[in-house]
Amino acid sequence: MSKLTVTIDHKKIEIPEGSTVLDAARAANVYIPTLCDDPLLEPFGACRLCVVEIEGYRGLPTACSTPATEGMIIHTSSPLVEVNRRTSMNLLLSDHPLDCQHCVANMDCDLQSVAAFVGVREQPYQGERRAYDIDESNPFYGRDLEKCILCGKCVRACDELQGRQAISFGYRGFASKITTPFDLPIWDSTCESCGRCVDMCPTAALYDKSAMKHGTHTGETRTTCPYCGVGCGLVLETRNGEIVGARGDRENSVNEGHTCVKGRYGWEYVQHPDRVKKPLVRQYLLDGKEKSKVTDRKSKDWDFVETDWDTVLNITAEKLATIRDTHGADSIGFMTSAKCLNEENYLMNKLARQVIGTNSIDHCARL
Amino acid sequence: MAGLATTYGSGAMSNSMDDIAANAAAFFIIGSNTTEQHPVFGTKIRRAIQKRGAKLIVADPRRIDITDLATVHLQQKAGSDTALINGLMYLILEKGYEDKSFIAERTVDFEAFKEVIQDYPPEKVSEITSVPVELLHEAAEIMGTSQPMAVMWAMGITQHIKGVRNVMALANMQMLLGNMGIPGGGVNPLRGQNNVQGACDLGGLPNVFPGYQKVTSEEVQKKFAQAWGRGTELKVGKTLTEMIPDVEKGETHALYILGEDPVMSDPDTKHIRANLEACEFVILQEIFQSETAIYADVLLPGSSFAEKTGTFTNTERRVQMVRQAINPVGDSRPDWEIISDLAKRIIARTPRLLPLTAPHAGWDYPDTAAIMAEIAALTPQYSGISHKRLENGERLQWPVRDENHSGTPILHVGQFASGKGKFMPIEHIPPAESPDKDYPYIMSTGRVLYHWHGGQMTRRVKGIMEAYGEALVEVNPEDADNLGINGENAIRLTSRHGSIDTKAWVTDRVPPGMVYANFHFPDASANELTHASLDPVSKIPEYKVTAVKVEKI
Repeated sequence: MSKLTVTIDHKKIEIPEGSTVLDAARAANVYIPTLCDDPLLEPFGACRLCVVEIEGYRGLPTACSTPATEGMIIHTSSPLVEVNRRTSMNLLLSDHPLDCQHCVANMDCDLQSVAAFVGVREQPYQGERRAYDIDESNPFYGRDLEKCILCGKCVRACDELQGRQAISFGYRGFASKITTPFDLPIWDSTCESCGRCVDMCPTAALYDKSAMKHGTHTGETRTTCPYCGVGCGLVLETRNGEIVGARGDRENSVNEGHTCVKGRYGWEYVQHPDRVKKPLVRQYLLDGKEKSKVTDRKSKDWDFVETDWDTVLNITAEKLATIRDTHGADSIGFMTSAKCLNEENYLMNKLARQVIGTNSIDHCARL
Repeated sequence: MAGLATTYGSGAMSNSMDDIAANAAAFFIIGSNTTEQHPVFGTKIRRAIQKRGAKLIVADPRRIDITDLATVHLQQKAGSDTALINGLMYLILEKGYEDKSFIAERTVDFEAFKEVIQDYPPEKVSEITSVPVELLHEAAEIMGTSQPMAVMWAMGITQHIKGVRNVMALANMQMLLGNMGIPGGGVNPLRGQNNVQGACDLGGLPNVFPGYQKVTSEEVQKKFAQAWGRGTELKVGKTLTEMIPDVEKGETHALYILGEDPVMSDPDTKHIRANLEACEFVILQEIFQSETAIYADVLLPGSSFAEKTGTFTNTERRVQMVRQAINPVGDSRPDWEIISDLAKRIIARTPRLLPLTAPHAGWDYPDTAAIMAEIAALTPQYSGISHKRLENGERLQWPVRDENHSGTPILHVGQFASGKGKFMPIEHIPPAESPDKDYPYIMSTGRVLYHWHGGQMTRRVKGIMEAYGEALVEVNPEDADNLGINGENAIRLTSRHGSIDTKAWVTDRVPPGMVYANFHFPDASANELTHASLDPVSKIPEYKVTAVKVEKI
């Protein structure tokens, strides 16, 4: 790909042809505030915060939607730019609730951090407010349109990334809002709850219901989703040794941050009270009885009793060794697991073949 | 994946998801509900159709979600896939769309195959499949003119008594069109579970050691005997669908079940329950007291994916890191630790196995990276894979031949794993069960978007239960009217094998005469109704065609 050279804030930089001014700024490590841009989405030019001055250009073009050309000289923080984007920000905030302390996005809000960068410290325009009911119809996320700044990221994520078009801009002027067909609750739309709109929302207009329960997470672990065979990269968010959230891993080429409903919202089972926390063994085994003597499965003999690892593994090892020596290796069947790690599957195969001596090992690939 | 292994010498997905989404001019999806079962790949396909105008042919008895975007939807009768595929190939040959140079240079046995295809003219195929002749022509034209075309399938193709034949028929189709070994083409079985691919790759099959090295090969046995100090007998072991029923025959005495729930996921539940109950010793290693736990003598609490470090291999053969995010819950332990601990205790009771002097005989693994090093030493496809490379951010799809090899995004480039691709003459055979007076409906089974397999995980997520909280059986509005079903009242489904009570979702996703049930909920699991007729080669049960009766109760 051929290259071109531009100058940003007196810094010369070489960028691939086809880049936008915003791409060039990112490559040069020059920060341009924006609320409607995402590298995965087509440029949109809605928030007007990425305006720049370009020598020889009239007015203030938006960096996200202006293609960079050879020799371009760009200024990202001239007095004219600063004044202009402060006005844009003031207008954006004129009908935005400013009770940040009680907002689920507090400290994790693009609107907040961009406002801080732009230098907005008060709310000069006290405009009319838009009053909407919060739509909580979706089990996984809520929609609080009073906080919406109409950046359109959710609409574009649903269209360009999820290919679903469940939501769109509706109405006009001040009454504009993001809506479903016929303005029905989101749960009655074609939404598949992938959560990408929530992921991209720069405010708390879209928020995960799980995030309402706790404060910000303190740890992150990049891993692979446990559900289907696509193998999406996930980032597990943790706090106090528990998972409190999950999102797609943008650095994983398989999904580039995308997930389905199960990947993003299906992690609760990990910490469900039903988890087996101690080894369990039937009472008859602890009593050294024969299984054939346990005729009634409702009797005490068949009770599952909590025990320690030594006890359960010794009983198991003894039984397997005895059955192998009495009935032959092929009398033991191994079902390994398509949910477990590669390393664990290898060990099951080694246990069956090396230690027991049978090829009778299989898993649910057929089911 | 016995079908692909016979034809091409390798049973795995040939191309990568990204490659298909970016380069295929057409997609042929048959027996895969891609947008609900592989949702993120499904979105990539949607984008390719909506944003760059790729063509889509869907063959599915149900009007599944992605059919809304299909250029052509072939709504074949359940169990008539082979006839449909052969019929399309008949038209491809008739129109001269076949890739003559590919056939000549890279394949064998074309003539015998062609002879069989001549028995599938459109009128006859239309009769077997109930797909209109015009739609067959339309689909064949897209296949012949929009190249490359990628073929995707899942259990809708394999869960039949003739699953292997279906797969071979699709393999024939892609050779006929010259769509193998190129970007945007290929044969692409989508793996259902997160690590089915890895479980197959690493010896979780009765006929092969890790890396698909045959247990019936003396050379392979020698290799593992040298590495482990001991090999196995030169005979194929039992499949899952054989080892459980063998309890009643007195041939299986113990079962070690790791992270599986056969009571929910295996066919003919009643029969499975009886066998598990009769088994002398059942070891279950699980994170929950699943339905199968009722029959377990011991339950070893393993850990979830969030509590351990290691790797999964995805459907496109990509090996990826899984990393520990939280400590194991309670006293549970990572499964690899439990297995090695148990192995050491059995060995201690088996003096003939000692001493463990062979290079890979031991069971002292400090971590899963050490296990992966042993895998790499013994598994040709994984030779160049290590946790270190993955942690360095390398993206590796097997085969990875050595530590400098960067992996293989597309299989069968230039030549097939087995040399030449083999055309297989495949005839259509009808399903084992067909509807009759007493059981007039065809039931197919599968999963829904919100749930997962036996439901052990997803039934324990509050939001998911709000979204989809009970087993619903899809019934066509026409049938619902005739039966007096409205979606509110209880209905009973009965097959020759069992019966469940549940509710209907009245929807035209299913055609008249067909119902669709899932197996996510233990009180109304579709597998109470399914039968254990197996494909003779792959031993996969025929989940997709069961004759049932539907009543309002």
